[in-house]
Amino acid sequence: MRCEKSGRIEVSNLCKRFHKAGKDPLQVLQNCTLTIEPGKLNVLIGPSGCGKSTLANILAGYDSPDSGEITIDGSPLKGPGTDRLMVFQETALWPWMTVMENVIFGPTVRGEMSKKEAREEATRILELVGLQDFKDKYPAQLSGGMQRRAELARALINRPKVMIMDEPFRGLDDLTRELMQEYYLKIFEKTNCTTLFITTELEEAIFLADRILIMTFLPGRIKTIIDVDLPRPRNYHVLTSKKYLQIKAEALEYLIEEGRKCFGEDCNIANTMVDEFRRQADNRH
Amino acid sequence: MSKTNISKDNSVANMFVKKEISFGKRLQKKLFNRTNINGTIAILGFFLIWHLLVVLRMPFMKHIPTPVTVLETFINLVTKKVYWVSLWFSTKRVFYGFVAAQVLGIPLGLAMGWSRKFKYLSFPVFEVLRPIPPLAWVPVSILFWPTNELSIAFITFIGAFFTIVLNVLRGVSSIDKELYRSALSLGAKPQHIFRKIILPASIPSIATGMMVGIGITWNVVIAAEMIAGDKGIGRLTWEGYLAGDTPTIIVGMISIGFAGWLSSGIVKIISDRMMPWRKLF
Ligand SMILES: Nc1ncnc2c1ncn2[C@@H]1O[C@H](COP(=O)(O)OP(=O)(O)OP(=O)(O)O)[C@@H](O)[C@H]1O
Ligand SMILES: [Mg+2]
Repeated sequence: MRCEKSGRIEVSNLCKRFHKAGKDPLQVLQNCTLTIEPGKLNVLIGPSGCGKSTLANILAGYDSPDSGEITIDGSPLKGPGTDRLMVFQETALWPWMTVMENVIFGPTVRGEMSKKEAREEATRILELVGLQDFKDKYPAQLSGGMQRRAELARALINRPKVMIMDEPFRGLDDLTRELMQEYYLKIFEKTNCTTLFITTELEEAIFLADRILIMTFLPGRIKTIIDVDLPRPRNYHVLTSKKYLQIKAEALEYLIEEGRKCFGEDCNIANTMVDEFRRQADNRH
Repeated sequence: MSKTNISKDNSVANMFVKKEISFGKRLQKKLFNRTNINGTIAILGFFLIWHLLVVLRMPFMKHIPTPVTVLETFINLVTKKVYWVSLWFSTKRVFYGFVAAQVLGIPLGLAMGWSRKFKYLSFPVFEVLRPIPPLAWVPVSILFWPTNELSIAFITFIGAFFTIVLNVLRGVSSIDKELYRSALSLGAKPQHIFRKIILPASIPSIATGMMVGIGITWNVVIAAEMIAGDKGIGRLTWEGYLAGDTPTIIVGMISIGFAGWLSSGIVKIISDRMMPWRKLF
């Protein structure tokens, strides 16, 4: 199961502000320009509250920008659609449907597949995410990690051009999170589905990404892009490689700059941390 | 030594084989668990204290008969047709009022939650009518409806109606927007959203509305019967009062309590059936 190599999203000069009663309007995105490269795992990282979810909601078509242009494979983007599917920060499986019913929802409501065909396809995909034995369970009977995988399956069955994943592993414990990252990486390397993956964790970002887009703290735009040319298929060994530490030190420098804006004080600890990472990276060779 | 081994093996096997326990054993387990035993002790204690208070001639218990007298009256009443007819009439009134309230209230609540326009249109009227207590409807109801049965059923209906509408409305409006959004982006059309998302998502609040509603209908039916009814367990109790027959009053009260408890149980079973996803493992 491979996605077609399409789904290039180009965003230019996107602006979005929120109005709150009795407060100054909040400019969340300002002249935000970026490209989501097809067939790649694009990771968006930035401090909490910088507007990542806002951007994701706009890309998924749930929210509309105040100004700016978005195109997908050259044509302007309008409204929600099956070409871009989102996996949410909190689980959004429908609790009254079994895993199987959740997964076949998309193709059956669109009338693309009969129930039987959809079930067969779903069985294949559930195997891919390792949930074949849980297909008749309700979401509440699954662990957090399984729920995320079920959600992934529910999106994958529709063969979207672009997957938008808004901090899909947030709130999982460390061990489950690491397992999920490995799992997800395997799926991505099998499907090569164009992905925008949002996270606040640098380790996660580097481990998964082909390219990392670092976002500034309010107003949000892309501060810089770091290409991660660690070899694929990846496993946890890359986490100790010199290259990994170099990328980490580079990214940290940008992130800490933004983090500082967020806390509004100069943090010496942060500087020491960056130095330490650099030293570690240099010592490797 | 060998004995423990065998039982261990059995317990392992039991994990895989569906346990086959005899019906008698299951019933025994169901009846004699901790809650039931404690409950029985509490109820027995209640009757004992009641009995002692009367026997010891406490001043505030002057008009109250002992549980034994009540039991005698109860046995006497149970063998009479009028008791069962009364119960039957009240149950019927509760049933009609309750069912009508669900049948009209659930769609109304759903519609109000679904369409903002409809909500703005209907909610003001609703909010003006809602605070009127069901019993204040008695006179109008008697004038309006041709038969006594209908007017009492109508009053019970009023009691449950507003609760169910409000609960359903609250249920619909508190559905997570992610649940809509993911359905929308998967290409669901409004009819799918309604049938597969909104309807099941509001079942828990429908269930709550039903639970509260059944309690209210029993409250209301008894009061309405005392004011306006003939027949009915509420009427029986009231006539006991008019005749100065305290044991009958108490038997009536206990019967009402029991009937209310039983119908709540039935509603609970129905609502659990409506949401199998809530019952885990
Ligand atoms: N509907 C809204 N109305 C008003 N303000 C909003 C709304 N949605 C988001 N915001 C504000 O916009 C800012 C960015 O929010 P957003 O959810 O995009 O952040 P985020 O980067 O996804 O954060 P996190 O990592 O915590 O999920 C926040 O300050 C938030 O309070
Ligand atoms: Mg977010």
